[in-house]
Amino acid sequence: MKHGCCERPMRTGTIAEDEHSVGIVETQYYTFAEPPEEMEFECGRKVGPITLAYETCGELNEDKSNVVLIVHSLSSDAHVAGYNSPSDRKPGWWDTMVGPGKAFDTRKYYVICSNIIGGCKGSTGPSSINPATGKPYGLSFPIVTIKDMVRAQKHLIDHLGIKQLLCVVGGSMGGMQVLQWAVSYPDAVRLVIPIATAARLNAQAIAFDAVGRQAIMSDPDWKNGEYYGEAIPAAGLALARMIGHITYLSDASMHQKFGRDLVGEPCFGFNIDFQVESYLNHQGDSFVKRFDANSYLYITKAMDYFDLAQEGGGNLQRALSVVKASFLVVSFSSDWLFPPYQSREIVTALRRNNKDVSYAEIHSDYGHDAFLIEVDALSKLIVSFLQYADYEREYADAAG
Amino acid sequence: MQQDKVETMRETTDDRLPQEFRFIVELVATRSHVLDLGCGTGVLLKALQAEKQIRAQGIDVSEDAIQACVAKGLFVYHGDLDEGLADFNDQSVDYVIATNTLQVLHRPAFLITEMARVGKQCIISVPNFAHWRVRSQLFFQGIMPKTGRLPYEWYDSPNIHHTTIKDFRHFCKKNGIRILREIDLKTYSDGGCSVVRFLPNLFADYAVFMIAGPASRE
Repeated sequence: MKHGCCERPMRTGTIAEDEHSVGIVETQYYTFAEPPEEMEFECGRKVGPITLAYETCGELNEDKSNVVLIVHSLSSDAHVAGYNSPSDRKPGWWDTMVGPGKAFDTRKYYVICSNIIGGCKGSTGPSSINPATGKPYGLSFPIVTIKDMVRAQKHLIDHLGIKQLLCVVGGSMGGMQVLQWAVSYPDAVRLVIPIATAARLNAQAIAFDAVGRQAIMSDPDWKNGEYYGEAIPAAGLALARMIGHITYLSDASMHQKFGRDLVGEPCFGFNIDFQVESYLNHQGDSFVKRFDANSYLYITKAMDYFDLAQEGGGNLQRALSVVKASFLVVSFSSDWLFPPYQSREIVTALRRNNKDVSYAEIHSDYGHDAFLIEVDALSKLIVSFLQYADYEREYADAAG
Repeated sequence: MQQDKVETMRETTDDRLPQEFRFIVELVATRSHVLDLGCGTGVLLKALQAEKQIRAQGIDVSEDAIQACVAKGLFVYHGDLDEGLADFNDQSVDYVIATNTLQVLHRPAFLITEMARVGKQCIISVPNFAHWRVRSQLFFQGIMPKTGRLPYEWYDSPNIHHTTIKDFRHFCKKNGIRILREIDLKTYSDGGCSVVRFLPNLFADYAVFMIAGPASRE
């Protein structure tokens, strides 16, 4: 059986034994926007200083032309591959794709993954201490947008002295950041790979986000976001995560994974009977231990607000007219949270702009989670696509 | 040496350019923009790119085909041609090509008009269902024809809209489409082919048409 994102297979041997692992990776931190040079968010408010947590794997080449920036989804973090400590049992969230001999081959590419602003995994967000007050920001943290996340990443890339990224890649909300990168910094990206994503969420996806936020905000422990140092809104956050998880799966994958299986004898009451109930409960409970409820509110709101067409006065084609990168757009057949038609909208807008784009709809039963599970099909496409830069060079040489 | 975990598509013998495609390569001008419909593994596009330095785009319905094309460095779109070419503006592509594609579509006539709308010139190749071997199997043996070009049983054939050289000419005339070139061919099992000049609708089993729609000035 294949595993979902939250069930990354635990390693069995030692880290050193796995020749395809990047091994031990240390989280690094970059702080910028020190007052009075605070970063102005899209909403007009300013925050500073801002810290970004990031990890890197592989070697940066001499002309800094082998950089792959991986941007993450709602609940992920900078820890994309390998292990943070020898005692870790689970590798980073996209370890299946990043490492020696894998799709993002760390023998060739220098991979950077940074935690988004607004998050709670080392980057500045609502749970960070506001230096002005000495207390966590809570809801006084400005609303974050996808564009703000990308601007912060650009600060990091500039800081690392990288002028142009070979590739920016990400799934789900990561895909939104990928699109934003291509539009905001057309000269700074050569290849972009938006996966299982959309230029804007549809009403159905916004609806699920809204219900998740309501679950958190109606938890009495949420207290308008000022729960730090006290009881956290665990029930609300767990419920939000459970709702989210339903949207990441599909009818077929749930059937395959759980069917109508019971955990034991039916209780003839309202305790947990079905495997699917037990799974969702487990997902909710474990999420509470690693994620901040306010960050969940901010990040889902950032996704809801994202509408790339606004960059073109409401017209997606105009918004994408500025891009210079080559695109590989990937969707999954059973993804009903970011349905393939939304990827095709991106491709249509690009093609009408006469941009270079390839589009693949990978057949999969795994729903939205497929972008973390369909490693083989995705890897093949990506390995080939990353070589496009070489072809470009070849043709340029041939022409020149 | 450490092994790669990812197996990408390798060049295979299937990637050799069939000889009938050579005629198509000759028809295409250097540094033009080509859209290949039902491009399969991208053999023709790749040859055009290598020999004519074209800007290549392909469309195919099969995931394997998409993988193979991306492995060749081609830009491809995974989609259904029965939905037409809505993403493309009128007369925006130099050559729209469809080889061995029309006969598997539900709406071939719709696609031809779409091709003529988008392409300044279009190249279409089809198996000829009026070839004498096809005719004789139906006439003398009374069975659904099976040939090298049409190797399928009646029940598992992807070809749902057969045509003949004559029918294709009629279709073009009726729809205001000009035939700029017609190359009638006899193809052989060893991959070779020869041009047929005498009674092509009887002796050619394959035909390449270069056409232009009413909107084209070519």
